[in-house]
Amino acid sequence: MAENNASFVRHELIKEQVPPVSQRGVVKWVSENLISSPFNVIMTLLSLWIIYSIIVNSAPWFINGIWDAKSVRECYDILDGVSGACFAVLKERFPQLIYGFKYPSTEYWRPNIAVVLLLAALAPVLFRKLPQQLLGFSAIYPFLAYWLIWGGTPLVAVIAFLGLAFGIYCFRRFSARSFAFGVIIAVIAASFFWVLGGYLSEANETFLALEAVPSRDMGGLMLNLLLGTIACSISIPLGIVLALGRQSNMPIIKWICVIFIEFIRGVPLITLLFVANVILAFFFPPDTSIDLILRVIIMMTFFNSAYIAEVVRGGLAALPTGQYEAANSLGLDYAQSMRLIILPQALKISIPGIVNVSVGMLKDTTLVSIISMFDLVGMIRGPILATSEWNGVYWELFGCAAAIFFVICFSISKYSQWLERQLETSNR
Amino acid sequence: MNRQAKLEVSDEVAIGIQGMNKWFGSFHVLRDIDLTVNRGERIVVCGPSGSGKSTLIRCVNALEEHQSGQIIVDGTELTSDIKNIDKIRSEVGMLFQHFNLFPHLTILENCTLAQIWVRKIPQAQAEETAMHFLTKVKIPEQADKYPGQLSGGQQQRVAIARSLCMRPRIMLFDEPTSALDPEMIKEVLDTMIELAEDGMTMMVVTHEMGFARQVANRVIFMDEGQIVEQNEPEEFFNNPQSDRTKLFLSQILGH
Repeated sequence: MAENNASFVRHELIKEQVPPVSQRGVVKWVSENLISSPFNVIMTLLSLWIIYSIIVNSAPWFINGIWDAKSVRECYDILDGVSGACFAVLKERFPQLIYGFKYPSTEYWRPNIAVVLLLAALAPVLFRKLPQQLLGFSAIYPFLAYWLIWGGTPLVAVIAFLGLAFGIYCFRRFSARSFAFGVIIAVIAASFFWVLGGYLSEANETFLALEAVPSRDMGGLMLNLLLGTIACSISIPLGIVLALGRQSNMPIIKWICVIFIEFIRGVPLITLLFVANVILAFFFPPDTSIDLILRVIIMMTFFNSAYIAEVVRGGLAALPTGQYEAANSLGLDYAQSMRLIILPQALKISIPGIVNVSVGMLKDTTLVSIISMFDLVGMIRGPILATSEWNGVYWELFGCAAAIFFVICFSISKYSQWLERQLETSNR
Repeated sequence: MNRQAKLEVSDEVAIGIQGMNKWFGSFHVLRDIDLTVNRGERIVVCGPSGSGKSTLIRCVNALEEHQSGQIIVDGTELTSDIKNIDKIRSEVGMLFQHFNLFPHLTILENCTLAQIWVRKIPQAQAEETAMHFLTKVKIPEQADKYPGQLSGGQQQRVAIARSLCMRPRIMLFDEPTSALDPEMIKEVLDTMIELAEDGMTMMVVTHEMGFARQVANRVIFMDEGQIVEQNEPEEFFNNPQSDRTKLFLSQILGH
């Protein structure tokens, strides 16, 4: 191109080229992130030194770890003064860590199947791309899992399921006239079914019965997962209902929700667990014995749902009022506009908060060890560390518990990030 | 130039408002509004900001509640009865300044949603209707995109199509072009002019005086919550009566 010549025509297009070596790949990453300035270089070296010393100091402990021993004494004898872990406790007490110390060992297959089926039941809920017919199995799963874990006759679970289905059928049938009427008919119908079914199942206690395991025999990681899964799966819908109730125009509903949420949030979970353990029994009729797990689940569900309600309320508040107005102006009624327009958007905003609360809840299930239930931590603190064989093996046991919880919680967190990306529609 | 002659106006009343008052708390937003809109009429409402014009048309489909007086839309009186309100809302289309499309649904789903859930129309037929109106607003090729991927003008046209899918008998426009870039205003106004030519009853809050001249058969000027002046567009623009109107017109037509 001649100088001072403003006119210019390009005859050949410049081909796409790769950036220079210093501007791509590992070289670029290293020069930008590790050695971009003197201070940066010092920090890099310091970090490398810290990582190195952690590995060098802890590796022998892992590598020398003893997997076969009958007691901590034997571990020390084998190690003979060398630093090393006593992983033998994990191996020897594995069933106790997972199932607790009272669950009959011949029946371990039942919780195992329940966990595998749990994954199958969760899959269609978590991944919308899977065929949605699988949701039918998810609906049956809670009843199936109850039968597998607690045992007894499957009639109890079958009747509970059919009663619920019958109630929902009645609601569908009668709610066209009015919502409240539908709810009342459904509750009456389901209760009637359950009472009748109750006599039937009592009369046939041995029909296809598995060995019954009472609630107080549940323990170990199984108990944590049991409490966490049930509390989370009930408290999310309940929390959404509470959040909507709190925004309601109807003062009574609004105030019930506000008082519930504020009261539960104002009380520590431990207090609620003690209430479940000791005080709640006073509120039930004298002869009924609602079992402890159920009471704990009720309290944890309440606790979690109050927090989720506040998270969802934040999501609802973040939506522009235009969305409510647009939904209204198209003639959608309250239920439709909530279900189709408002909640899908509000829940998407609330995902990080909901996951935060739920992961917290899963970890808080270890608090039940305080009211003498033998969950994973309860097992470690009680029946395992208290024995003379394994007295003093803290690092291995609590490290194992930490690792198990970390794997579960980290997976949940990763899933939620993936879900957020899936739901992102604005700049795709 | 004057196309109004072509457009028929019937004697049937589409919107009748009598002695309507509204307060926000103790602030008297709308004062003694009397207004009758016949079927096929195209009303432009203008006025300075805070004059209550948006509130007025939001009262017509009960997005705002009025405290006294009477509003009859399409033969149904607006009361607090939720059934009446939902019925009126499904007959009255509404356009918003900020479009208010549903960002989590595709353009097509935005248009079919209310048909399927409110009108109980089967999905295939709803999609056919949606495509018909998306073609009418000239963006059928965007049907599978999400609102966030469209320009403002396109979004507002989708919003028009979404309303039309409900086959409304009346359309309300709340400053439909004031959030748009100048070049996009035209594409939206053109769509609205087409609607007017099809005989739609329209009530439009806007500052687009060109649109008012071309399409409206009545212009209403509001100030401080009351109707100050209303007239045919020619008379309104060329021969305003009140001082307040003259001042307003000189300000918005001055540049």
